[in-house]
This record gives sequence, structure tokens and C-alpha cells, in this order.
Amino acid sequence: MRKQPSVGALLISLSLAGLLVGCGGSSSTSTPPPPPVSNVQTIAVDGGPVPGQIYPDGAFTSVTVCEPGTTTCQTVNGILVDTGSVGLRVLASAIPGLSLPKLTSGSDTFYDCVSFIDGSFLWGPVAEADVKMAGEVASASPVHLIEDPTGFAVPTGCSNGGVDEDSQAALGANGILGVGPEPLDCGLACDPSIGGTPPPVYFGCLSTGSCLTAFVPIGQQVVNPIVLFPADNNGVILKMQALSSPAATATGSMIFGIGTQSNNQLGSATVFTLDNFDNFTTKFNSQTLTSSFIDSGSNGFFFDDSAIPQCPVSSIAPGFFCPASTANLSAQNLGTNSAQNTVNFSLGNAVDMFQSNPGDTAFPTLGGPGFTGSFDWGLPFFYGRNVFVAIDGQTVPSGKPAAPWWAY
Amino acid sequence: MKNLRIGVALLALVSPFHLHAALGGRADSVETDRAHMKGTVQTRQTALYSVHEIKATSGVLVREYVSPSGTVFGVGWHGVYVPDLQQLLGSYFEQYSEGARAQKASYVGRRPLNLELPGLVVQMSGHMRAISGRAYIPGQVPAGVKLEELQ
Repeated sequence: MRKQPSVGALLISLSLAGLLVGCGGSSSTSTPPPPPVSNVQTIAVDGGPVPGQIYPDGAFTSVTVCEPGTTTCQTVNGILVDTGSVGLRVLASAIPGLSLPKLTSGSDTFYDCVSFIDGSFLWGPVAEADVKMAGEVASASPVHLIEDPTGFAVPTGCSNGGVDEDSQAALGANGILGVGPEPLDCGLACDPSIGGTPPPVYFGCLSTGSCLTAFVPIGQQVVNPIVLFPADNNGVILKMQALSSPAATATGSMIFGIGTQSNNQLGSATVFTLDNFDNFTTKFNSQTLTSSFIDSGSNGFFFDDSAIPQCPVSSIAPGFFCPASTANLSAQNLGTNSAQNTVNFSLGNAVDMFQSNPGDTAFPTLGGPGFTGSFDWGLPFFYGRNVFVAIDGQTVPSGKPAAPWWAY
Repeated sequence: MKNLRIGVALLALVSPFHLHAALGGRADSVETDRAHMKGTVQTRQTALYSVHEIKATSGVLVREYVSPSGTVFGVGWHGVYVPDLQQLLGSYFEQYSEGARAQKASYVGRRPLNLELPGLVVQMSGHMRAISGRAYIPGQVPAGVKLEELQ
């Protein structure tokens, strides 16, 4: 029997000054902005890093991970770019040459547990790294190392009956870069100030495998690395090439910052502010779907429509839609600021598109059944668009609504 | 909090008997779930069923749908994390777990869970920090109930 583990005060000295400013603090001294750096990172829909396996409609990039404050670094490719999550999660097996300091307190090591909507979960220690993309550096970022514990099993409070994606084959990637509209993967709900029982997101574990859920201060939680960039830290643009039919690959870029450099101006994009759950509303088929979202980490359009047949479970495309012919559909997106936009999209037969285009990885009309009350605008939505993600708490261009928001 | 580990051990001891079953259980299992979640419960009655809404202090909301015959035929959840599914799904937990594993092995990619098993449907959606889901027993949903009401 032991007390709920907590992250000690000493570790708070490692906390993220930039993040605290981003979360609403104000700076009393005005420092000149750092000179502009390269803020363009290449992304590609290329099937992912697993040999012999095609990850359809997944956007991948490379991230350089360094031991903090050193030049001991490793560049990891095959990192899934995900606007539906927050924080960098890397397979520990993908960075064997690095020894990253782990978040500990006394005898406890702190582990992160994140669940995804497909019933999978990721477990592993929180570690500190310098994260580099393009010319940008997020120094001393708490990141999540995906690995099974040594000497004990993942606690059932984390696994919750789900699927452990602890290998490249299971994950379909070497890691996930969460660049959604929040600075932290848990936030106040996991901060000690909230009190009560900690949610099953962070766990403090002894080497014996005795794990208890734990609060972790926001300064030590797994962070959206963008908010730690010295500049270009208020959001990101995903810019994908247009695609009218399946393709071997599709290319694009991830541009850091919104309105901070000449290449990331908002221009005529419509801003959709989000509700408390970072959702907006999609009107589709005379339904008002109030828990809708844009998620580059979902590999299709996912929505509830019982009129469209699903592909057979035994086919090469289980869980996708298989309409008799390509359906041309339309929906309206609606922000909490009442901004509106009509999206026209096409939905194809997934079995046909996979069979007719062997080896292709980019499918602009891929979709499948989704959840009641929700429209999941997955990666096909990004083809031919510039999608802006403005991060909660960060400073947005003057005249624009407070983040979080999406714009396109 | 010191007794948390003992509590967890006790739960593990009794769970094989499904004393905590919610889905498929009797309406009085709602109270067990409320206590497990350290939450508050509000009940509302519709023409076809009653809804027990449990709000946990740690950021999760659970709705349990009870038929006139007193059976929990559906559960829904929404929050920062996925609630304890062993607790909520009860005797259906293993079926869910095996089904989720089999489904995940059948495709490459990431998407909302849509698990339609014999006698059990489990679905999830959302994104990090705002995950929603539901599970129901199709054969026990009272006639006339629209499935989109269960969430």
C-alpha cells in the first residue's frame, strides 16, 4: 500500500516556460521575435513504414528526436501526422541510440496511457527530448515512448480490453505526431490542482509493477511540440495536393505557425471555432451532427449513413463503405462562431478502389461507417485543401477569434 | 487514496461473478457503477426507457439505458478518457475485447470503432481528450427506440 504517486517539485523546474506563457500568462518584458526559420516540413501519403503493408490515406513525416541539450539525435521516419491527438509518441524501438531522461519522482516512473477511438491504446514512459522538424526546435519536450513495461504487464486500468499497439506492425507507423488544437494530451483533468481521483491517463509505477493512476502537472504532460517552438508556435497548416483519383503517393507540407511568416497567412480561409470538446457541427443528410471534427489521423470520411452499404467483413476493405457506384455527397460545416461552409465530397467503393489500384496508397473517396452524432473528416478531406489548426491558449493573428479553431 | 490498491484487488476478486455487470444487468447495477465512478447520478424517464446519467468527478459522463423490464440494454460514455469498460460492459467485456482485437487485426489504419458482434454492438468516436462511445444489446432494445438516441 502506498500513496498516490505525484511528480515532485524538483521536476517542475524542468517546466516549459513557453507553454506557461501560452496558457494565458503574460510576459512583462518584450523580447524581440527570433529571426524566421524554415517552417515547412514535408509530409507524404506513402503507405507508411511497415514493409509489405499499405497504410491507406495516412500522412507520414520524419521527426528528429535528440537527447535534451545535446547533438545526440536520431531522425525517425514513418511518423503519422494526426490532428486528432496531441503530442509526440515514438516507438522506443525506433530510437535505440538515444537515452532520454524519464519523468520520475522518488521510486516512481511515470507512464502515459492513451486510448484511441478504434479500441487501441499506447503505453510507455514519459521522457524528455528536443524535437526538431524543418528548422524548428521544441526543446525539452515531454514525449511518450511507446514500449511495454519491463518486468510487468500494462495495468488493466490502461489496457481496458483494448489492443496494445506496441510494435511497428501493430501501429502501422514508427510513431504518431499529434498536432491537434490543444497544447497537452490531458490538460487540467490530469493536473494535481483538479483534485479527486486521477484519470487513467498517467500512471506512476514502481519497478515491481505496482502502478497507480497519478496526477502530472501540466508542465510535465506530453506536449504538442509546436507550442514549444520559439516562434511559429500558435498552430499548423496541413497542405495536401489535390487528388481526383487513387494515386501511388500524395505529397504535401506541414507549415508551422499561423500568420507568423509570409507562407502561413490565413488569407481567405474560413475560421470555425470549436466547442469545449474541440468539436464543431456538421449538417449531413438532414442530421445535425454536433460532435464532428477534422482528423488527419482517421484514414477516411467516417459518418453514419445506413443507406450506403458496407464492404463485406471478409473483403479486402472491411469497415469501409462499398456503394454500388461513387456517391457524390454534400455536407455543411458550422463553427460555434456560426461560420458556415459547404463541403462537396465523393464516396467510392473501397473494394473496387483497392482491387483496381494495387500498390496505391492515396484514395480521395475512401470512407466508412461512423458514430451517431458525429462526422469524422479524415485524411481524404485534406486533399486539395489548406487546413489550419489553431492551438488552444496560443496567440492568434489579430482580429481572429481566440483558439482553438480550424480554418480552411 | 491509500486504500485504492486494496479496492482494485477486491474488484478483481469479485469480477468473475459479474456482480458489477452493467450492460445486460439489472437496473440496480447502476448504483454499483456510480459508486465505482465516484459520481453523481440523475435519472430521467422517457416513454420507452429510463436513462441514468452518471457524472464522474474526473471528467467522464456515462449514460445507462434501462428497459421497462429493468434490464440495462445500452450504455453510452463521453469524456477525456474511456471509462472502465470491464465495469460498464460486465459480462460482455471479454466479447468486446476479443472482437476489438480481431477487428483491429483485419485492417491497416485508424478509424472509429464499429463492432457489430452477435448480440452486442460497440462503437466509439471522437479524438484525444473527447472520446465518445456506446454499447448496446440489439435484442434487448425496446421496440420503437431509435438507435441514435443511445449515446
